[in-house]
Amino acid sequence: MMNYVFPVMLIISFISAVATGRIDALSAGVIDGAESAVQLLLRLVSMLCLWGGVMEIAEESGMTKVFSRLMSPVVGMIFPKLRKEKYALEAISMNITANVLGLGNAATPLGLEAMRRLQDINSNKTVASNEMVVFVVMNTAAMHIIPTTVATLRGQYGSESPMQIMPAAFLTSFCALAAAIAVAKIGNRINSKKPADKRGEGYAR
Amino acid sequence: MPDNFGSYILPLMVVGIVLFGLIKRVKVFDCFMSGARKGLHTVYELLPSITGLVVAVTMLKESGAMDIVSSLFHPVTALFGVPEEITPMALLSPISGGGSLTLFESVLKTHGPDSFVGQVASVVMGSTDTTLYAVTVYYSAIGIKNTRHTLAAGLTADFLSLVLSAFFVRLTV
Repeated sequence: MMNYVFPVMLIISFISAVATGRIDALSAGVIDGAESAVQLLLRLVSMLCLWGGVMEIAEESGMTKVFSRLMSPVVGMIFPKLRKEKYALEAISMNITANVLGLGNAATPLGLEAMRRLQDINSNKTVASNEMVVFVVMNTAAMHIIPTTVATLRGQYGSESPMQIMPAAFLTSFCALAAAIAVAKIGNRINSKKPADKRGEGYAR
Repeated sequence: MPDNFGSYILPLMVVGIVLFGLIKRVKVFDCFMSGARKGLHTVYELLPSITGLVVAVTMLKESGAMDIVSSLFHPVTALFGVPEEITPMALLSPISGGGSLTLFESVLKTHGPDSFVGQVASVVMGSTDTTLYAVTVYYSAIGIKNTRHTLAAGLTADFLSLVLSAFFVRLTV
């Protein structure tokens, strides 16, 4: 996939920079981009270590099992084939919990742990499994109940009621999330996994 | 609900998990270190793909390509009553979280957070996440090369958020 997305992004950038006379900005952007990638990752390092550690404690103490059991009606409905894969389900439940609570920083490390466990039961290690597609798509949509960042910014810019948009944001997120899962599942049927499929090989590692 | 309700969630979660571990007689700090070490390894796996992605996104932003693309999108989003002013922000949000946040702030500044434009922009920002980033991070951490229809499904959800946002703002505010 990224073997196509990456070059298309670069080629479009170059053509439009030349056409709109922004080649200087583009030139600076190449270097800035690489630098901000490392900055982004530094922020991620702290979160991955912190939540990796906290998650390990939750795991060892059996807390993740409790969460997983509480959420199994919902999670089991979205991932029917995983009902017996308790280990993967626990990490998925923790990731969804963090997302719903609006802890985006915690959700990513927990989600990566879930991906690792889904990979353990994946038949072809370079091709995404049906469950992975649904899980990643859920994480690309917003699952939180309270849009904290947005509400904070609205307050800063002088909103009378920063939380006024909450019902609309909730309804929109919910519909988009439901649609995302539906599209992912329909895709799983149409575009069923072929072991020898070579598309998208290479970049997205 | 106290004003700083959100500030309670994070500390409560961390302290709660550690307390639960103590009750269950887990060696909490040893556990913490072993988990944190795994996190460090993940970062090593992620650096190459994140660098490639962020460079491409920054180039796209700096080249002015987003303005051209968003002018192409106007007729479509106008059909759903989405104000023209937020199309650039909405188009940037699947590929760059920081970039779309900057545009969101400029919408709040120019139109005000309680205007229709400001409210639709808030709903869009509150109901989408950085799709391309999530897809890249999640799959590159475990070495998946063929992501199948993940990106298509994620972008469909983003598009739906955009067209639904204006509708739900009219309905509920």
